[in-house]
Amino acid sequence: MGKKLIQLENITKTYDGNMILDDLNLYVKENEFLTLLGPSGCGKTTTLRLIGGFETPDTGRIIFDGKDITSLPPNERKLNTVFQKYALFTHMSIADNIAFGLKISKKSKAYIQDKIKYALKLVNLDGYENRSIDSLSGGQQQRIAIARAIVNEPKVLLLDEPLGALDLKMRQDMQYELIRLKNELGITFIYVTHDQEEALTMSDTIAVMNQGYIQQIGTPEDIYNEPENAFVADFIGDSNIIDGIMIEDKLVSFLGIKHECVDTGFGNNKPVDVVIRPEDIEIVEAGTGFMDGDITSVIFKGVHYEIEIMAGGYEWLVHTTKYFETGSHVGMKVIPFNIQIMHKPESSDEKAVELDA
Amino acid sequence: MHNARKRLLAGPYLVWIIGFTVLPILMILYYAFTNSDGGFTWANIAAIADPVHIKALLLSLKLGILCTIVCLLLSYPLAMILNSLHIKHQSFVVFIFVLPMWMNFMLRILAWQMLLSNNGIINGFFSIFGIPKLHMLNTQGAVVFGMIYDFLPFMIMPIYNSIVRIRKETIDAARDLGANSFITFFRIILPLTLPGIVSGIIMVFVPALTSFVISDLLGGGKVLLIGNVIEQSFMQGSYWNLGSGLSIVLMIFVLISMAFMNRAGESGGHAVW
Repeated sequence: MGKKLIQLENITKTYDGNMILDDLNLYVKENEFLTLLGPSGCGKTTTLRLIGGFETPDTGRIIFDGKDITSLPPNERKLNTVFQKYALFTHMSIADNIAFGLKISKKSKAYIQDKIKYALKLVNLDGYENRSIDSLSGGQQQRIAIARAIVNEPKVLLLDEPLGALDLKMRQDMQYELIRLKNELGITFIYVTHDQEEALTMSDTIAVMNQGYIQQIGTPEDIYNEPENAFVADFIGDSNIIDGIMIEDKLVSFLGIKHECVDTGFGNNKPVDVVIRPEDIEIVEAGTGFMDGDITSVIFKGVHYEIEIMAGGYEWLVHTTKYFETGSHVGMKVIPFNIQIMHKPESSDEKAVELDA
Repeated sequence: MHNARKRLLAGPYLVWIIGFTVLPILMILYYAFTNSDGGFTWANIAAIADPVHIKALLLSLKLGILCTIVCLLLSYPLAMILNSLHIKHQSFVVFIFVLPMWMNFMLRILAWQMLLSNNGIINGFFSIFGIPKLHMLNTQGAVVFGMIYDFLPFMIMPIYNSIVRIRKETIDAARDLGANSFITFFRIILPLTLPGIVSGIIMVFVPALTSFVISDLLGGGKVLLIGNVIEQSFMQGSYWNLGSGLSIVLMIFVLISMAFMNRAGESGGHAVW
């Protein structure tokens, strides 16, 4: 991955007095698959629309390939967008949809014909040139929308929840398709989604957003294994998030017990969030773990059982491949390495969101 | 059994259509092709070739087309502006524009008669500023104006509806693919609103072509449209055969224009009328 292709500098955006983006800084490297991930209203779509040119920021600059494009209209930007609901031109044939951008840039007829053929082959819809848009399924329409964007050979492809309207199986197929396309075309993808699994599957880099701020940016592994705050931990996968006190380095107390951990540098007797992933908790015989509790529900999920345990006044979520009876009295065990300690969010805003998430 | 009951439900409509559409048309056809003694004749149809009738028909076409063009030129930008308004009560503003439709249209035309007459309110207003009286009533201009005023909502509604239906993402997509505002309008917006335009043209042109009340009230007998000729043959004399014959000719013109517009609208989708 090479140089920085797009840079957002100190971007602020408000709508009707509501702060959507607050002093956002972000860069995208050449040939990177960057995903903006967050709940609805977190500012991810606005960020994408700013890059696409459909919105202008109140303050800040957008640099593309070394040039300031902040006030450039969308038709003069060398990037293309795949929209959430495809936005195909229903009054045109598939070939005309795909040729739309090429005709505007005054390419030769032969070139356009070749490109249409090539693009349809790329999205596995050979021979669909003269079909009407209405005759296509949702997944096929999505492919045409992608074909229509990539024939223009943009440096960057923006994708706004492109798989949101598809069913699960189709979505999974399209995820692999998109990764293949990106590798074949060698262009930069900026992808917006609220689906954490989609983000983890496809991205090189994930930026987790909430309330107009980037909460954390990193590789999928970083984001999952080392969430920086309780919001990220909760949003990416399931988590047990408990109020705790960091007594000293490598010792934390929560729900009335003390437990060893590996984190340092939080100071002494500081309130923190303690995060434990459900798959990191082992169910053991009562009395042999860090805490005992009663199993309140057991749900079979295919790969694992999802078990809820009431212990110390908190409903713990545990993923395990072993079966346990509802109502049994058990203990829970976790190795210190799997306990993540996080700073408490500082603003009340962050806390509010953490509660609804 | 089930089907029979369903068919029974269609009964009232069947009675309605036969009684109030099919029968009257058959009667008009009968009168159109017979003379006063009941014998078959082409004369009532051929009567359209009479110079007075031809002149009235051509004037009707001219004023109808003029009215339709002005309505279209007024409605399209208006519908675009209404659609782009970022206000809460957009539909209320649209409602206000369409509101005159709910008022008796004869009353509205009578009001314009008062407003436009030589001693009317508009000329009275002009005289305050020393502007000489304008002769407005009883001109072709007044008739076209009345038609535009009456039929404008029928143009605004279908066009506005077709513009509203264009999703913002579709426009964004065109811009994204490199289209400037000009290309976006002519390649995307205009084709997508074509069905609305076609509906609007039909809904304005057909009543304008056949209108006779507006030309009566605002034309003062000086503007003779084909509608007036037909009205007079029924009401002022008892030339039912002639009136029916001319009605058939007019109906053919209406059908031709509708077929023509539908052909034009086919590329854009389905007309709503």
